[in-house]
Amino acid sequence: MTALVEAAGLTLPGRLSDTTLALAAGELTCLVGPNGSGKTSLLHAIAGIGSPAGTVRIAGDDPARTGPARRIRLLTYLPATRELRWPLGARDLIRLGGAGPEEAELAVVRLDLAAVANRRVDRLSTGERSRVLIARALAPNPKLLLLDEPTANLDPLWQIRLMEMLREDLARDGRTALVAIHDLDAAARYADRLLVMDGGRISADGPPGAILAGPVIPAVFGIERREGTWQPVR
Amino acid sequence: MTRAVAAGLGLLLALAFMASLMLPWGAIAALFPQDRELAWALLVELRLPRAALAMIYGATLGASGAAIQALFANPLASPDLTGTTSGAALGAVVTAYLLGFVAPIALSIGAVAGALAALGLLLALAGPRAETATLLLSGLAISALAGALTTLALALAPSPFAFYDAYDWLLGSLVDRSLVQTAFAGVPALIAIAWLLRLASPLDSLALGEDVAESLGHDVLKLRLQIVCLTAFGVGACVAICGAIGFIGLVAPIFARRLTRGHPGRAVLPAAMIGALLLTAADLATRAAPLGRALPIGVVTALLGAPFFLWLVAHMRFRLRP
Repeated sequence: MTALVEAAGLTLPGRLSDTTLALAAGELTCLVGPNGSGKTSLLHAIAGIGSPAGTVRIAGDDPARTGPARRIRLLTYLPATRELRWPLGARDLIRLGGAGPEEAELAVVRLDLAAVANRRVDRLSTGERSRVLIARALAPNPKLLLLDEPTANLDPLWQIRLMEMLREDLARDGRTALVAIHDLDAAARYADRLLVMDGGRISADGPPGAILAGPVIPAVFGIERREGTWQPVR
Repeated sequence: MTRAVAAGLGLLLALAFMASLMLPWGAIAALFPQDRELAWALLVELRLPRAALAMIYGATLGASGAAIQALFANPLASPDLTGTTSGAALGAVVTAYLLGFVAPIALSIGAVAGALAALGLLLALAGPRAETATLLLSGLAISALAGALTTLALALAPSPFAFYDAYDWLLGSLVDRSLVQTAFAGVPALIAIAWLLRLASPLDSLALGEDVAESLGHDVLKLRLQIVCLTAFGVGACVAICGAIGFIGLVAPIFARRLTRGHPGRAVLPAAMIGALLLTAADLATRAAPLGRALPIGVVTALLGAPFFLWLVAHMRFRLRP
């Protein structure tokens, strides 16, 4: 399968060193790693946040040379923080950045936000606010989704629904997603491919089953699977 | 803002402008049959600059306030509270002290430089992601410093006349400005407003956070620099001609956002229109005041604006951010 996203030489000084990565259409790639290992930095570098060095091509287009109106069709980025700088209505926030009214409405329905769509986001629960921000990232149907901890603050049912929704979308439309996540079991269950970050570099890359069973996880995280659960390495 | 609301605001603006030209009508109406030319001259050379300056200065304060509030993501930010106005006043007073009140270009340059210095100092002190407390404290410190230095410049005034000129100008006034002076304030101010209007969409995106705004393709650092320079340029040019006028830049954006469902960037246009309306209304109020002499307009906006500001602070205490 040809790569939909090609990134080369991505560097953010002190956070991410010379990372090269290709993402295939239709694949869900999960990004795991300890705190401070560079997961968010990799997402930032691909999204063009913080003046990264290196090149990114999405379906042949350079997002750095693409204006805001078209860029939102190339990539969207969901930050890990659910705090907002300015209180807007949920529906208005979903449309911010350029999603059309119909796309926004579809996202409202898919994330079950119709009941709160006219309320201000600062008056929603943290989980509802998370879903509003996820809807904002999904609504424009970009070729590349960069999601930082999308399942954080979601209840167990919504965690499952979201990951399944992502898999369906990607498979159907031939788009791709890079998802930073802490839950190794969720990564194993939903990812087509797993990247392990350590010290600002990708230290392992492959099918989740093989990586989670191999020596990388104990070496990087200091945990191992015993009696069916993850426990500190003895 | 819907078209109907925009049209309504436009109509109100036109009415306010006409009222500002015509009122009080008695003197001019009496003069028209006797000396038509003199009556026209009164309208064009006395009333027109005053009406135009109220519109332009008010619009500049409104648009600048909306842009600064969107940039700092804070409804309490405004050209007065960030020290821009007092910085501009200090710049102009120092220039006037050195060169006298006769050189409008020098005064404009001095005021813009003062405003830029104040905003630059604020960004350096409070940082780009300023929280409310840091922002207000830094703005307070800068305003206090600029105020003290302005007072010092007044205290060292070479003559009582120079002191009175400077003091009167500091209170803010739209009266007795020439058409040339109006152009000195108006051209930079209108350029600044037009440019700020083009930044509405990136300013809205900032509501999602600086990281997301960057991922959407907006250069946040460049945006911040543009807002700082444009507001200093526009407000500085107006302060140089009309003195410091407070509170419009705080109040107008808050009303404006009621028309844009809270969108901070989209509020720049209605904030400019509401700012123009408010300052024109305040100017009309100074003419209607039943006192022997006209009230200084800066005093009127402060008298009306300060209670609103108190209400806003009380409102925010209960986390009802407008």
